[in-house]
Amino acid sequence: MTPIGWAQIALVLALVALTAWPLGRYIASVLAGAPTPLGRLLGPAERGCYRLAGIDPGRGMSWKAYAFALLMINAAHFLLLYAMLRLQFYLPLNPQGMAGLSPPLAFNTAMSFVTNTNWQAYAGEGALSYGSQMWGLTVHNFLSAATGIAAAAAVARGFAGGGLKQLGNFWADLTRITLYVLLPASLVLAVFYIARGIPMTLSAYVDATTLEGAKQTIALGPVAFQEAIKLLGTNGGGFFNANSAHPFENPDAWTNIVELWSIVAIPFALTVTFGRIVGDARQGWALFAVMGILILAAIGVVYWAEAGGNPLLTALGVDPALGNMEGKEVRFGIPMSALFVALTTGTSCGAVNAMHDSLMPIGGLVPMFLIQLGEILPGGVGSGLYGIVVYALIAVFVAGLMVGRTPEYLGKKIQAKEVKLAMLAVLILTFSILGGAGLSVALPVATASLANAGPHGLSEMLYAWTSATGNNGSAFAGITADTPYLDIGLGIAMLLGRFAFLVPVLAIAGSLGGKVKLAGGAGTFPTHGPLFIGLLIGVILIMGGLQFFPALSLGPIAEQVTLLACKTY
Amino acid sequence: MISTLRPAITLIVLFTLLTGIAIPLALTGAAGVVFPSQAGGSLVERDGKLVGSALIGQNFTSDKYFWSRPSAITDPDPNDSTKQVAAPYDATNSNGSNLGPTQKALVDRVTADIAKLGPAPVPADAVTTSASGLDPDISPANAARQVARVARARGMPEDKLRALLAVHTEAPALGFIGEAHVNVLALNLALDAQ
Repeated sequence: MTPIGWAQIALVLALVALTAWPLGRYIASVLAGAPTPLGRLLGPAERGCYRLAGIDPGRGMSWKAYAFALLMINAAHFLLLYAMLRLQFYLPLNPQGMAGLSPPLAFNTAMSFVTNTNWQAYAGEGALSYGSQMWGLTVHNFLSAATGIAAAAAVARGFAGGGLKQLGNFWADLTRITLYVLLPASLVLAVFYIARGIPMTLSAYVDATTLEGAKQTIALGPVAFQEAIKLLGTNGGGFFNANSAHPFENPDAWTNIVELWSIVAIPFALTVTFGRIVGDARQGWALFAVMGILILAAIGVVYWAEAGGNPLLTALGVDPALGNMEGKEVRFGIPMSALFVALTTGTSCGAVNAMHDSLMPIGGLVPMFLIQLGEILPGGVGSGLYGIVVYALIAVFVAGLMVGRTPEYLGKKIQAKEVKLAMLAVLILTFSILGGAGLSVALPVATASLANAGPHGLSEMLYAWTSATGNNGSAFAGITADTPYLDIGLGIAMLLGRFAFLVPVLAIAGSLGGKVKLAGGAGTFPTHGPLFIGLLIGVILIMGGLQFFPALSLGPIAEQVTLLACKTY
Repeated sequence: MISTLRPAITLIVLFTLLTGIAIPLALTGAAGVVFPSQAGGSLVERDGKLVGSALIGQNFTSDKYFWSRPSAITDPDPNDSTKQVAAPYDATNSNGSNLGPTQKALVDRVTADIAKLGPAPVPADAVTTSASGLDPDISPANAARQVARVARARGMPEDKLRALLAVHTEAPALGFIGEAHVNVLALNLALDAQ
């Protein structure tokens, strides 16, 4: 670890912290339907959407109606994307003549993008047409990101007042987030990316003759716009197989910094939005602090693990000065790769600029654990916020047990129903991750997919189920993911991780919305101070540790021990 | 049900037209005018012939050239599609080795490469494969170790080569952003132009 490395990390984190407040306030006004500078320009488009779709933006929805609308549009979009991928051969903008995807792969890919997972069982440049990337995947990147933010807004509104029957209008939330936040920001980012060298072209792949006379075919495409929303919406599905490690997705240090910023900008900003909606900015900052402290620790551990290099290779005569460079790009080096590892898994992004499969054992443990904690540090756009609110409910419940009082959060009494729903949501994730990985390591049809042997093989399988359930999409990518078993199994894990988590959370919001909002008294546990921040950090780590430490100790921790004993597989 | 279906389908159609078709096409058109080179893949021509992309690495094996990092890309064997054959720097199939740190395959590969490159210590990037398999850059230390070999093969004085290398070494921006690196294709093109 070097001061220069830390200076780069500090620069990115400072940018995120500086933009959180203005961006969070802006998103809050967009969600409230308040006039914004862009409203004058795009207002006609917004109203046009409502008129054509028959939407009354002022009509609130109960939590059930909100959830139903959310599920309906995502289900319809899933079917559409599945059809597009199967039929891409017959659709325009397919200069390479890509064939339609197989049914399991199309199912997996469509599910992956609908759930904001963006797991890549396909290789973009080898399997998808330009058209599929544009009107298939790019549109999904917008829609699933907007869905997440809308759901977070609905949950926040549940805490806003007393006796609420309604959580807002899903269609209006979706339209406003897309038009006023995601679309303009993606356009600006895309122009920057193009200027730095990310392609935006419909030309077919070109054939070059290298200096040594060999033929090199270079894959191109309309990359830049998809790249922008891929990161801003914490989607993470790359245009190319190598994702943000590919020089055409991330050509230099500047694009890397902007990509890193755009992964976490909205998730952190949403804590400010949350504070605005619930009417107490300090509550948002407390969540911001929890996220910030834990992700900072995670960044430090990955950086430390990777900077030392691989002792097995050092023993062979490799200079450890550059760190563990297997699966990393020279232009990013260790600090900017380590930061990417932590931020892409602290959120539900899953884009990578280094191959996670080749991380050192502890360097690979951290991203896996960050996803298993529920991706709340700071989490995906929207999903991070409603995820950490679930943990906050559990934290006040634990505190309430200690002092024997009915817990409250933001003036709402947290009772058996909410705690049960919160635990249900959390346990669905555990069930899918550990159940799926446990079953798979016992099935030859699944273990045939593993590329690595020994404890690292177990890590590979555990990471796959963790990533799919957590809707992350990064991978220990040696695993052969495109098999019917994993395509379908992981597709179901993504579905559970997204919607089986989201529906109980919306139910909590609906239940809390209807309760009276109590004014805090002398006996109320304040949820904006250091004590609450410490308690929430403790609850997150203890719950995550209790659930996943046994599995992690058989994978990355065992691998670390054998590495120190110089054992190979 | 119908009252939910109508907004769902209408919004999908509108967003597809907007974010999936109209804006990407307009952006592609505008980029082709404002940033024709970058938007087209930063392609590099020499004497009117396309020799590659400034951003994408190439495979170099001749002693006359500086070598890129090892690339882990493999393609299906044309004779037997169940097998994979090495295809370093195939820019239609980006990938890394995905070998974990304790894998024997990794240790064996590095052992063989060090035997060729010796003597120790070897810069890490010279014997490790990149994440994309298309890394256009090498570290300055890696490039410096290759100077003697290239100078011998070309009959050039080493000092002249070192000066050329210094010109093509990109230091971190503002002293701390990014890593020092050498773009191998640009350096080798400059060598050929000498």
